[in-house]
Amino acid sequence: MDQALAVHRLHFAFTVTFHYLFPQLTMGLALLLVVLKTIALRNKDERYNHAARFWGKIFAINFAVGVVTGIPMEFQFGTNWSEFSKASGNVIGQSLAMEGVFSFFLESSFLGLFLFGEKRLGPVGHWLSAVLVFLGSWLSGFFIIVTDAFMQHPVGHEVLPGGVIALKSFWEFLLNPWALWQYWHNMNGALLTGCFVMAGVGAFYLITRQHEEQARLFVRVGVIVGAIASLIQLFPTGDGQGKMLAKHQPVTLAAMEGLFRTEEGAPIAIIGQPDVEKQRLDNPILIPRVLSFLTYQRWEARVQGLEEFPREDWPDNIEILYYAYHIMVGLGTFFIAILCGAAFLLWRRMLYGARWMLWILMLSVPFPYIANTAGWVTAEVGRQPWLIYGIMRTHEGYSTNVSAGNALFTLIGFMGMYTVLGILFLFLVRRELEHGPTPAASSVPPAPVRA
Amino acid sequence: METLWFCLVALMIAAYVVFDGFDLGAGIVQGWVARTAEERRTVIRTIGPVWDGNEVWLIAGGGTLFFAFPTLYAASFSGFYLPLMMVLWLLILRGCSIEFRDHIKNDAWRPFWDGVFQISSSVLAIVFGAALGNVIRGVAFDENGRFFSPLWVELGSVERAGILDPYTVTVGLTAFAALAMHGALWLAHKTLGPIAERARLAARGAWLGTTALTVVITLWTMRLQPLVPGNLAGRPWGAIFPALAVAGLVAVWFFNARRNTGKAFLASCAYLVGMLTSAAFGIYPYVLPSIHDPARGLTVAAAAAPESGLRIGLVWWSIGMTLATCYVIFVYRHFAGRVTAGSEEGGYGGA
Repeated sequence: MDQALAVHRLHFAFTVTFHYLFPQLTMGLALLLVVLKTIALRNKDERYNHAARFWGKIFAINFAVGVVTGIPMEFQFGTNWSEFSKASGNVIGQSLAMEGVFSFFLESSFLGLFLFGEKRLGPVGHWLSAVLVFLGSWLSGFFIIVTDAFMQHPVGHEVLPGGVIALKSFWEFLLNPWALWQYWHNMNGALLTGCFVMAGVGAFYLITRQHEEQARLFVRVGVIVGAIASLIQLFPTGDGQGKMLAKHQPVTLAAMEGLFRTEEGAPIAIIGQPDVEKQRLDNPILIPRVLSFLTYQRWEARVQGLEEFPREDWPDNIEILYYAYHIMVGLGTFFIAILCGAAFLLWRRMLYGARWMLWILMLSVPFPYIANTAGWVTAEVGRQPWLIYGIMRTHEGYSTNVSAGNALFTLIGFMGMYTVLGILFLFLVRRELEHGPTPAASSVPPAPVRA
Repeated sequence: METLWFCLVALMIAAYVVFDGFDLGAGIVQGWVARTAEERRTVIRTIGPVWDGNEVWLIAGGGTLFFAFPTLYAASFSGFYLPLMMVLWLLILRGCSIEFRDHIKNDAWRPFWDGVFQISSSVLAIVFGAALGNVIRGVAFDENGRFFSPLWVELGSVERAGILDPYTVTVGLTAFAALAMHGALWLAHKTLGPIAERARLAARGAWLGTTALTVVITLWTMRLQPLVPGNLAGRPWGAIFPALAVAGLVAVWFFNARRNTGKAFLASCAYLVGMLTSAAFGIYPYVLPSIHDPARGLTVAAAAAPESGLRIGLVWWSIGMTLATCYVIFVYRHFAGRVTAGSEEGGYGGA
């Protein structure tokens, strides 16, 4: 591979992976904050307002890091992928601009009100600002997914002579069927991160016997919402996404599953190592016919293996793709088991005393981050060797006027900067956790003041 | 259609400079205006709830530039690769300094972030100004319509256009002085007591610098970039843009001297809008002129996206920006009033 191409790819991959550690919690917590504020408003239960205030502080730190690491993402299309931008800017620039115009103005405006204006807004106004922050952050997720979906499965466009891609149909582009499945799957994944973080923090407080009333509330909300989300992650969203892949990127599906030969009644590999050289899966544990059934709902259906596709259309790193996909699916299964198990214990009123389960919940906090990251790696490495599927190859898209050395310099700069940022984030969050959700002086319902 | 989008993009950039300009300016002057840690906290609190929204104008403006003029976006962002990356790093540091400063109240943590805030704000103002200088002066396009600017060149060199040369640095310093004035007026308007008084004095000093530098860069630009006098001669109505800037500058002095800080701040907005629209008017029909061979310059028509996409964009953009304007007005009305020391809720007192 061309060295400059490799560095530019790694540049984007690194900055976007680090960035997405934060928005997934932002989007997950945004929905959970609405849940907390809604319960507080309906039941006039001040404990839930109190919880929302505590999570609002964590949200703000997380949001700030998400914002500062997000700005480089939009810029990088122009700086590192200028040929891609020149060709497709009229299409993907629209969804990126829409993110700014429709969601960031909304999100940033009402986050300020949510964090600084509780007293002046009154209970209903404050609830509404939480809803609008949620709406803004989930809309921004939508526009990013639409952008990615165009690269995965381009629709609503026309390729002009000279290679410029023009937008033809706005609604076709915006309501790309690929985007709809991917959006739901992705947002639900973000919600799982939010649930695990909330339940994990609650479990930590219960294990260390602090703030126990609030901690039980955190665990309850995190486990109940999380159990539902973990099931939705598998069906219908994961399933729907898989079927999109079978229809539009069969070669990617074959590579993800490590299926080198076309088979009728194809098995699914639980474990195994792809050996691309010899074109086989080493040491596999296979469940016969399951892949055929999952893909086409028929046990004997024929699933195309990699052998049916020209070698230059194979994803260029089958190993990473295969492992990332299996990590995602494995963790998804694990989430269903523990969250539904914890929900069962909750229903039997045994959860708060079941310390082993609290330990599992606490230690599981990193896993949804890993699963979400692995899912994105599956999607984006799976898209290779295409930048826009079927239209533009990845090696045609990078900035040829930016040398490998310059790109490497800024990549290393970002690595250093983000290391410091990560430490700073953990340090500040740790302080908030140590401080905990102690009732502030204003835990008495504040009198609504007209703004 | 392309010219309409050229105006809209120029408007979004002007909005970014007016909005984010005052919080950058607040960063530049905070070292002079605020003496104690508590006073500096007051400075941060005047921008706390709004700075992030102000930066959205950069994202939204960048996105609009991206889809309306993809060729310009691609050529300029990759050509200005190194300085843009440094802008990103500075924006990251600055965002951290505003958000994280008040998490820990001790005598090492807060001064450290105050310093980061002031330095990053100052350097950003200069770099943004220098970027504008590069756009006005033009860049060294090759025959494929690409370029890659070195960070700086030997003083006086005209062979290779660097990001930082005497002209662009002077534009950068003008931006620094103008945003310092803008930020000082914002602080004078949003605070009370000694901070407001010092901010008013700082604005006066910055006004002198801004005025002197404005005269210098105006004359220099007229000599350096023949497009500008050409456009003014060809379309004399365009003189309203520089007239707006001059009127704004005069009004800043007038209102600041009369302690009418609100109107002085608005006058400063008018000055910034006047300067930026003058620049956009001056280089039209180019969006990025070429320094050696004018034919290689990127024009509005050559940089624009296909017509169909621009039409589609106009519909949602108009709806979206109307909504966005409503949120912005709502937020600024909500946080209207002066920040008083020790008050709750991000410091916005009053009822």
